[in-house]
Amino acid sequence: MKFWSRVAAIAWKDVVSELRTREIIFSVLVFAVLVLVIFNFAFDLAPDQMLQIVPGILWVAFAFSGVLALNRAFIPEKEENCLEGLMGCPVGREAIYVGKALGSLFFMVLVEAVILPVFALLFNIAVLQLEVIVVTLLATIGFVAVGTIFSALAVNTRAREMVLPILFLPIITPVIISAVKASSLVLVGSGWGGLTSWLSILAAFDVIFLVVPFLVFPYVIEE
Amino acid sequence: MNSAATSPSVPLAVETSGLVKSFGHYTALRGIDLKVPVGSTLAVFGPNGAGKTTLIKILASIMRPTSGKILIEGLELKDNAERVRTRLGLVAHQSYLYGNLSAWENLDFYARMYGVEDRRRRIGEVLELVNMTSRKHDRLVTFSRGMQQRMALARALLHKPSILLLDEPETGLDQQALGAIWDIIKSEEAGRRTIIFTSHSFERALAVCDGVVILERGRIAFKAQSCTLSLDGLKQKYQECTAAVKQ
Repeated sequence: MKFWSRVAAIAWKDVVSELRTREIIFSVLVFAVLVLVIFNFAFDLAPDQMLQIVPGILWVAFAFSGVLALNRAFIPEKEENCLEGLMGCPVGREAIYVGKALGSLFFMVLVEAVILPVFALLFNIAVLQLEVIVVTLLATIGFVAVGTIFSALAVNTRAREMVLPILFLPIITPVIISAVKASSLVLVGSGWGGLTSWLSILAAFDVIFLVVPFLVFPYVIEE
Repeated sequence: MNSAATSPSVPLAVETSGLVKSFGHYTALRGIDLKVPVGSTLAVFGPNGAGKTTLIKILASIMRPTSGKILIEGLELKDNAERVRTRLGLVAHQSYLYGNLSAWENLDFYARMYGVEDRRRRIGEVLELVNMTSRKHDRLVTFSRGMQQRMALARALLHKPSILLLDEPETGLDQQALGAIWDIIKSEEAGRRTIIFTSHSFERALAVCDGVVILERGRIAFKAQSCTLSLDGLKQKYQECTAAVKQ
């Protein structure tokens, strides 16, 4: 209980702080909508060809806007050196990781909740299906889990805007590929049956990406 | 370090032995041995780069030592870090407070992190103590440096730590603000709290501390009880210690 109350306090602090400034949410939303609009004008394809391409477009928007959000995740901890303040609290470093990851997950889900209807509107594709939502949630959990630790790693580097995508995107590629493939299957109407293998891969990556950073995070922030 | 320290029966709040901290090839602390009795105030002096901040961060368990042993109120820090942290309060160069949260929200967040009981009452108390009650709903970004330092002190005192670590608390403060900060530190639980602080102000140190340590290049170059030192004597010792290393 103690662990989770500290985790909730960290996530609450991030959410309150962000909702007050809206720095991350606005910039990420604008970026993601721009990506969708550009792709919408760039491709003029037949409906059957469109179904092959749009999952990729959706996940390009999610992935790059997610990188943008994760780049900012540890900036508030850097200002006034608040990360040291957190490290001085009577709580395991793992709680800091989980709290920060939950805060980032909240922002990502919020952005995705706006982007999905915009995507459906622009491309005229019925993307608001339970299967797509499950795929999106599973992929986002893996994305945030591994992104949070790279964000903590990158925040102490001078070129953090470049360091995060360079380190993070190769690692997260299997999750993005699985999400694209699974979304594609949903859009062509394969149903839950066809999704099983991709959902299993996403779930497996989520577990790995949650456990490894959880164990490694104390070393990342201490040295 | 204080007069009580002469008695072997006085328990130790902080004890370090052979404390070493290296950053790659650079060694910031080279075998620090300290004994700080409960309730005493120890001032740590030294030029920039002497290892003062590293020592404070290691004692606060923010940083791990490369080698050496640290006991905080009899508990080994390495094995009891979370338990020990409930007994430590830290005021550093920066406030550790979030600019976009209000004074109250910042203290509420840290009160939750420290598991403070009856949070509302305690936050009210510390805000009153640092004379910031009237600004409790204002965001930290609107505060002056002195106000932020007072809030940092409120944060450090929130969970009633028995040991207070202060890393150059005078940085950026005028004499009046600094006097007010020391009045606050000394007013709450006076005499029972152990204080270790780094400073460049000899006058301030002699006025408030029981013991003095001079660090030079990661080593203790001098230590004494402050009652045995005059201001000129301390300044002379400091010059001797730092000049000896330069030669």
